[in-house]
Amino acid sequence: MTSAAHMSPPDGDVADGDWLAEVERVAAMIRRRGFELAEKHDGGYLIQACSSAEILATLYVRLMRLGPPPANRTPRPFAGTPGPGRATQWGGEFNGPDVAGADRFILSPAHYSTAVYAALIETGRLSSDALDDYNSDGTTLEMIGAEHSPGIEVTGGSLGQALSVGVGRALWRSRCGDDGLIWVFVSDGETQEGQTWEALQSAAAFGLGNLRILIDQNGWQVDGPMATVMPVGSITEKARAFGCAAFEVDGHDPLAIVAAATSGPEDAPNVVVCRTDPRRGFPAISGRTDAMTHFIRFRPGEADEMRASSPLYSGALTQ
Amino acid sequence: MDYARRNPRVVCVTNDLTKSVEADLFRETFPDRYFSLGMAEQNLVGVLSGLAREGLEPFYPSFSVFVTRRPYEQIALNIAYPNLPVRLIGFLPGLTTPGGVTHQATDDLSLMTTLPNMTVLSLADATDVETFTDSLPAIDGPVFCRMPRGEVPRFFDEPFRLGHARVLSEGADICVLSTGAAAPHAARACETLSAGGVAVAHLVISTLKPFDDLRVTEAIADSPATITVENHLTRGGLGTAVAELMAEAGIRTTLRRVGIRDTFTHGGRPPYLFAHYGIDAIAVIRAANGLLGTSMTLEDEVVAQHSGPHEDAAEGL
Repeated sequence: MTSAAHMSPPDGDVADGDWLAEVERVAAMIRRRGFELAEKHDGGYLIQACSSAEILATLYVRLMRLGPPPANRTPRPFAGTPGPGRATQWGGEFNGPDVAGADRFILSPAHYSTAVYAALIETGRLSSDALDDYNSDGTTLEMIGAEHSPGIEVTGGSLGQALSVGVGRALWRSRCGDDGLIWVFVSDGETQEGQTWEALQSAAAFGLGNLRILIDQNGWQVDGPMATVMPVGSITEKARAFGCAAFEVDGHDPLAIVAAATSGPEDAPNVVVCRTDPRRGFPAISGRTDAMTHFIRFRPGEADEMRASSPLYSGALTQ
Repeated sequence: MDYARRNPRVVCVTNDLTKSVEADLFRETFPDRYFSLGMAEQNLVGVLSGLAREGLEPFYPSFSVFVTRRPYEQIALNIAYPNLPVRLIGFLPGLTTPGGVTHQATDDLSLMTTLPNMTVLSLADATDVETFTDSLPAIDGPVFCRMPRGEVPRFFDEPFRLGHARVLSEGADICVLSTGAAAPHAARACETLSAGGVAVAHLVISTLKPFDDLRVTEAIADSPATITVENHLTRGGLGTAVAELMAEAGIRTTLRRVGIRDTFTHGGRPPYLFAHYGIDAIAVIRAANGLLGTSMTLEDEVVAQHSGPHEDAAEGL
C-alpha cells in the first residue's frame, strides 16, 4: 500500500516527462563541481559527490516537496553560532520555508555538504557563484556544514546522530497528521554507529511512514573499504529486521530510487539502500587503492588525468 | 503538571524510567504528549531535538547519569548547539542513590555548565521544585535541572527565581554557599556555628549557570573566608564557579570547597555516603574550624560506617 499523496510528483519547475533528464544533468554537475572544488582547494570530498550525485539530484529534482527558496539566494556571511537571541540556523531556508506540509531534508554526513551546495545551485536554490567562497574564512559554506550552511538543517558532522533528529520530527508530524515527509540522507559508514539502529528501532516502533531514509552505500570510510575496516553485513536485511520497509537499488538509477522511495507500507519507515560507485564519473580514481580517497588530494598531474578520462568533460554528461 | 497544563507545547520523553522519575502521572494525563523511547539515550536526545524543531518544548526526565553523561555529545550538538528549548531533568543527583558509580551523577553539573547556551539549575528544596517551571518561558535555550526526589525539605517560601541566590542567614565571620542536596547539611552546620557565636552568611545557590548574582559576589567579598558545599565533585561544580568568580572579581579571601574530591564513588545509603566522602555537616564544620581556628563539633555526628541492608536502599533503580 502506498500513500497517494506521497506518490504524486512533487511541486517544482520540472515537467513530468523531463525530470529524468534533469536529474541526470544535475547529477553530472554535482560531480563536476565536486571535482573542480577539490582541484581548486587542493583536496576535497570528491568521492562523496561522485557516489551521491543521483541520490541528491533525485531528491531535489523529483522526490522532495520543498517550498520556494529564499528571495536572496546569496548565502549570508557567518554571523555566529546559535545562542540566546541569535537564531542563526537559517541553512534550511534554502530547502524552502519550514512550514506544515512541506518536506524537510536532513543531511546526516555533513562532509557531503559540497554535494548539497552543488545540488542547491543546480536546482536554482542557491546563487551560482556561491561556491566561490567555499571553505574560506568567515563563510558559511563550510567544508563540513553546520546549521548556517545552505541546505544544512542539522549539524550532522559527528556521524550517526542526525537520523534521530529526523525521527523526532517525523514522530510529531505523524502525530499531528502533517503530510510533510522527513527525508534523511545517511552514509553507509554511519551504520557502524549503534545510534543508527536505535533510531531505526524507534522509527519502526512508532510506525513512521513519513520518514524516508536514503543510504549512500559507497563502501568506503576514512581508513579504506568498509569491508576491511569493519564490515556491517547487509544494511537492507538489518533494516528489515528492525521493522523498516527496506529496498536495495542501484544508486545511480533515478527511476529505481524513486520507485523504492515511494514504495512500502504507510506505517513503516522507508529505507532505500543505494549501492553506489565512489569513482562514478572519474574512472581514473580507480588507480587509487589507498585510503586517502575519502578526502582526496591529487598527486602531480592526477587532476589533469582525471579530467581527460572523465566522460563529464567529453560531452557525455553521464557515464 | 500545572506547567504542562498551561503550555500545550510541552511533551515528555522517557527512557524506561517513567515511574521512577514520577512521570507516570504525565503519561496518564497527557497520553498524546508522552513518548517512551526505551533504553536508547543517544537516539532519545536526537528525538528531543527533532521534537523541539517541530516547535515543542520537550522534557526529558531521567536519572541524571542517563541525562548527561551517556548522551553527552548528542546533547552538545543536537540540543545545546542549536539552542533548542529542551528541558533535561536529572534525578538522583550525586550521592543520593545507593546505586553506585553507574547511578551516581557526580559530574553532571560539570558536564552541563561547560556547554554553551545551557542554563544549569541545581534545586535544593520543595519550593524550588514547585516553582522553577515559572522561570522556563523566559529562558531562550536548553535547561539542565538537577532535581531532588522523594521527601525534599522546604527552606524557602520565596519562589525560585533564575539567577537569584536565597539567603538563609547573614553574618560577617564566614560565608557558606551551598546547593542541592548538600544545602540541608550546610544549614545544619551553620546552625551549630551560629550557636557557637560565629556570624555565618549562608546562601543557597539554585542557579549554577548563569552565575552572576551580585549578592553572591558581595557575600564572598564581605567575608574573610568562604566555604562551598555541594553533592558533586569539587571540580566543575559550585566550588569551581565560586573560585572563578573570586579570581575574576579579585576577591582575595580564602576558599574551602566541601564536595567529592577527585574520586569515583561507590554504593551505599546517602547518610553513609555523605559522611564517607566528606560532604555532610561534619565536613562543613571541619572546614570552618580550619578557617576560623575553632574546634566545634556536632552533637549527633553520623559516623561513616557500614550499616545493615535497608529496604529503602533498593528503591527506584
